[in-house]
Amino acid sequence: MKDAPVFDQPPNRGVRPLIHRAPAGLKLGVALALAAGTAVVPVTWLWWHAAVAALLLTIVFMAKIRWRPLGARLLWFSPFVAGAALASALQGPAGPGWRAVALRGSLCLLTMLLLGATTSFSALLVVLHRIRVPALLVTTLALMYRYLHLLSDEAQRMNRARACRTFTPSRRRTWLISGEVIGRLFVRASERAERIYLAMAARGWS
Amino acid sequence: MHIPDGFLDAKTAAVAAVFSAAGLSGALYQLRRELPPRRVPLLGLGAAFVFAAQMVNFPVAGGTSGHLVGGALIAALLGTPAAVVVVSTVLIAQCFLFADGGVTALGANVFNMAIVAPVVGMAVYRVVQRLIPGLRGQVAALAFAGWCSAVAAAIVCAGQLAWSGTVAWSVAFPAMAGIHMLIGLGEGAISALVFYAVARTRPDIVASRPAGSLRGFLGYGLLATLGVALFAAPFACPWPDGLDAVAAKLGFARRAAESNWAWMAGYRLPGLGSGGAATALAGAIGALVAFGLAVLLSRLLVRTPAEAAKPAVDR
Repeated sequence: MKDAPVFDQPPNRGVRPLIHRAPAGLKLGVALALAAGTAVVPVTWLWWHAAVAALLLTIVFMAKIRWRPLGARLLWFSPFVAGAALASALQGPAGPGWRAVALRGSLCLLTMLLLGATTSFSALLVVLHRIRVPALLVTTLALMYRYLHLLSDEAQRMNRARACRTFTPSRRRTWLISGEVIGRLFVRASERAERIYLAMAARGWS
Repeated sequence: MHIPDGFLDAKTAAVAAVFSAAGLSGALYQLRRELPPRRVPLLGLGAAFVFAAQMVNFPVAGGTSGHLVGGALIAALLGTPAAVVVVSTVLIAQCFLFADGGVTALGANVFNMAIVAPVVGMAVYRVVQRLIPGLRGQVAALAFAGWCSAVAAAIVCAGQLAWSGTVAWSVAFPAMAGIHMLIGLGEGAISALVFYAVARTRPDIVASRPAGSLRGFLGYGLLATLGVALFAAPFACPWPDGLDAVAAKLGFARRAAESNWAWMAGYRLPGLGSGGAATALAGAIGALVAFGLAVLLSRLLVRTPAEAAKPAVDR
């Protein structure tokens, strides 16, 4: 599940920094505008990129985001940049070039990381509901977020149980059993969905 | 296959976003009319299931491992419109929670993995299932459908990268299609294993997949085909004039001529001529091998003749 908890919680449980308290709709709007602007603006407009970078770094300081996980997550982007560099090496100096990809990509990535770090997913869902995103999609997103960690834990437990019971398994056995585990996980998820429906209906959901 | 930010230009991102918004709202509309309320929570749980299932790693040679992507599997278990919504939900959450896949590329990612993959997978599944009877046929059909969905999504992704001018088609297509012809084997095998496990323990769950109206499915098929035609065909087919005409009409031809299309002049020919025939041949051989492996897997998995004869779903 990558490092969600690191970004999900503000570092300081007591007084939440200003950025964390700002309205989610505003943060979502600003983040989307920054990302879209960075993608649209020509790479030669360095002042735009410098301004965005300055704004994002200010937010990192103000919101007291820890650098280490942020940097680690940004480093994951480097293979993609390497891929783009390789491609532009193969095709000659034609496309936007790997520097442009690296600049735009890392700015957008930082924007989304900061949005995730300072805004809870449920607050974003409230915004989505308010701007008339279809209710079925918002319900699905909300239920997914609610049961994400639960099902992941279940998957890990089942995988651990599998590992305990199979000494030095062959690759073929591992595939067979893991398929079985995921199938079982789906059955459990759909049984849980039925119980959730009954609970929702009992509370007047329609 | 998650495209990060910075790899797509504005026009590709915008066109892909329009396509995926159309597909997603069509699926939501269809579900709101056809899905019984009892099955609504299953969409959210299905999305959480995809997340959880992706945590189970399957060992591949040399210390690497792969995991499920899930478009074809979810389509076979829950139906095509549900799969569109479930996989889109997963992609939206991955984008906003984990910054996995770019936000400006979200439209493209949703189109490739949540629309093209399930629709291609389901179309292949329906055809192959008719050819081979019983549960064996369903398992083989899903294994092949998983392979086809991964390859189709990868080809559209390559088309988007090429249309953006980030990676030339002559580099992107062989790389993406080649890698995903291998990855697709894993995707197909995992999908088939999971489907078989569900069909054996709870055949009623598999049987309760809503039939879905044919008209709705044709709608998705049309949308996916249009997208493939727009993103991938200009590079692979010998009629560049049509696209140029559209480009001129839309007004980006001049700008495109300066930046994006200039490099293409040198790359248009290798994709056609003898190269085109070789590519088609390689693709056909790959598909045949994948189909053979799918049938073999179904024979290895579904062993007893009684089980093989009886389908988990009556349709």
